[in-house]
Amino acid sequence: MVKLIAQTAFGDGLPRAVGGVTLTEVSMPGMWSVAPLKGQQKAVSKALGISLPRPNRTTSGAGTQALWAGPGMAYVRASALPDLSGLAAVTDQSDAWAVLTIAGSTVTDVLARLVPIDLRAQTFKTGHTARTLVGHMPASVTRTGPQSIEIMVMRSMARTLVHELDRATRLFAGR
Amino acid sequence: MRITCPHCGERDRREFTYQGDALALNRPAVDAGTAAWDDYLHNRDNPAGDTRDLWYHDPCGTWIAVDRNTVTHAITGSTPVAKVTS
Repeated sequence: MVKLIAQTAFGDGLPRAVGGVTLTEVSMPGMWSVAPLKGQQKAVSKALGISLPRPNRTTSGAGTQALWAGPGMAYVRASALPDLSGLAAVTDQSDAWAVLTIAGSTVTDVLARLVPIDLRAQTFKTGHTARTLVGHMPASVTRTGPQSIEIMVMRSMARTLVHELDRATRLFAGR
Repeated sequence: MRITCPHCGERDRREFTYQGDALALNRPAVDAGTAAWDDYLHNRDNPAGDTRDLWYHDPCGTWIAVDRNTVTHAITGSTPVAKVTS
């Protein structure tokens, strides 16, 4: 067997600090998209040990985190998933996404240049999530703290995401 | 232009992709005849006023039937297509 070297989505591109914010790759134990079959919502929640999130929200507990991913679907992050056969449509998404955290006091101002929704801390609170755009890329944006926001894009767009954030940050810092 | 996604709330127009008239949801029966199918496939009104068309909310993946006015640009309603057809 050929020995393959595991590479993270951003490789050498992260971490980096630009213009007062830091970009850090988020490594996850594993992630699955979980779409409960009709009428199985409660059974899926019970199996996962946490309730499935309402639109634009996240839930977490006991080493498991769930992000709202779209109508009737959540992204569940955990080290392992219980057997959900017959309850939900499940797809392994672990290596499909590039996830980073952008943190710093100007994070909302920087992202205001790229994301067409109101991300200010008073409206987009910790634990809130949104399916929206970063530049032209469809993304999942989640607030993880007062000065930190997590951004998730398809893995093939990892370098573009870093480029966009880098540019927006430098332009904002250079005003 | 702002459109309300039934799941995500009010969002900017650049998050949406336009499809066409919501007439596309009223598919005729297989044996409806060539006239009905010709009408369904090719003929669309071009109203100055209220119209209903299909939009796709790219980030969350919802098809939406949007009621809007082509004269005033007012958007008066948005319904998930899953609810319109079921």
